[in-house]
Amino acid sequence: MLGKLNKSITKSQVWKSIFRVGIPTDNRKRALAMLGNVVLHLHPIKVKKSGIRMSYTWCMGGTAFFLFLVETITGLLLMFYYRPTVDFAYVDIVDLREAAAFGIMRELHRWGAHAMVIAVWLHMFRVFMTGSYKPPREFNWNVGVILLVLTLLLSFTGYLLPWDQLAIWAITVGSNMARATPMLGNEGPGAAFLKLGGQRLIHAGSDARFALIGGRTIGGATLIRFYVLHCVGIPLAAAFLIAVHFWRVRKDGGISGPV
Amino acid sequence: MTPSARSARKGGLENEDLQDESRLERFYMAEDTKDGTAPGNPGSAPPESAAPASRPATPPPPAASAPAASTASPTPAPAAAPPAPAAPAAKPSAPAAASPAPSAPPAPIAKPAAPAAAKPATAPAAAAADLTRRGFFSWAAVAWVGFTAAIGGCTVAMGRFMFPNVLFEPPTLFKANRPEDYPAGVVDTRLVDEHGVWIVHDGGKIFALIAICTHLGCPPAWLAAQNKFKCPCHGSGYYKSGVNFEGPTPRPLERAKISVSPDDGRIVVDKGQKFQWELGQWDDPNSFIPG
Repeated sequence: MLGKLNKSITKSQVWKSIFRVGIPTDNRKRALAMLGNVVLHLHPIKVKKSGIRMSYTWCMGGTAFFLFLVETITGLLLMFYYRPTVDFAYVDIVDLREAAAFGIMRELHRWGAHAMVIAVWLHMFRVFMTGSYKPPREFNWNVGVILLVLTLLLSFTGYLLPWDQLAIWAITVGSNMARATPMLGNEGPGAAFLKLGGQRLIHAGSDARFALIGGRTIGGATLIRFYVLHCVGIPLAAAFLIAVHFWRVRKDGGISGPV
Repeated sequence: MTPSARSARKGGLENEDLQDESRLERFYMAEDTKDGTAPGNPGSAPPESAAPASRPATPPPPAASAPAASTASPTPAPAAAPPAPAAPAAKPSAPAAASPAPSAPPAPIAKPAAPAAAKPATAPAAAAADLTRRGFFSWAAVAWVGFTAAIGGCTVAMGRFMFPNVLFEPPTLFKANRPEDYPAGVVDTRLVDEHGVWIVHDGGKIFALIAICTHLGCPPAWLAAQNKFKCPCHGSGYYKSGVNFEGPTPRPLERAKISVSPDDGRIVVDKGQKFQWELGQWDDPNSFIPG
């Protein structure tokens, strides 16, 4: 009876359309099962023994990716409560802590963010100390550097969202750096030479900082800009580059090991 | 099951070396195309062997390739004919180099070939028969320039979109009270919350100090009991005049343009123009009102 039921399930078109290879009884079928599945194929079929040696890899790249997933999920949940406007931002943050179920969700997101920054730095440190940036991995090193910058930008844009005094003045200080952008910041080198009819083209109302924060001072426009960048723009770019990063690791011969 | 796939199944999988993965992918490919078209052999890639059969049907761009060149035009050297599945990239250059004819630049060789191949062909080819190779490329150039311009225009437009036209910020040009409302020695903090400016009467001058720390841009506070401006972020301190004396700040506060309105005698402050001590601008008559 059970055998019949089992047979009718495993012989059905639905089952066979999902599990195409069958029970992976040998190495070839195991490999095919990996290659034929969009999720599983993200992981290599085989890894070198050194690839899982914690003392060598520290697993910091994997940790950073794990934390990226944690941030994505907790951040998505926070978006159901948080409204990025001057009137609501701060009270929604307080509500997330005091009134929402699992008030820890916002703390998970915050601590996860700190941990991700640390993990990414440690990952970079490990890659540097093991010389894993050397050819053929030099391209991937550069992808990693961009991912580091994106991680820091995610951290920076998320910093403003609680909309308390610390957030506002930290972003004031941080965004003032954009004034010094070469050519594009109103206090940056070269900007004074960009003139049209005696009028400066790059001034406090037209420079890189102005576009970044949507005004001359941190305000409601900055809040919504940072919110969109934090929740959509930078995560999309990071997800794409993470995919490139992983793909490149495979193409460059897997995780680097001891020589 | 092809031979290469079989060999991969037999030996390859137990191997630890790095070629594992590419080998697996190869036989995976072979598994997919079991019906026989492509043996998944690196020697002869499937797309190339399939290509010549489909080519005569699509005349203009690749018309210089094998079938058209060998049947219609007399110029090409025999060197071009034998390797049928060879790479198409080698084709245009080979006849030009081998032909002894004096008038044989690359373009004329291809030109007669294209219509010759197109004429006997069927309906879809006839529609494009008057499209010469050169004409095609000029159209392609127009299309590419147009495409690039469109993408560039969209990029500029998206960049411009990030610059707001209307700001919901307090105006940078605003009025304070009359000069006589600011007795000597006063630091007036009533405007600082909205406009970020202190009206100070100090040393025989009334001036508007901009409340932005010259260190990193935080807002200093006026501490009347200590007779100084103090920044909460990193501890920079300034005298009543705006000159710095403690903390990390490198220079004094900035002053805004100040004047008296001829209409009602009230002070007009314009934050659009700033005066910096280190540039010697505090002596500028626009930077203060004699008090």
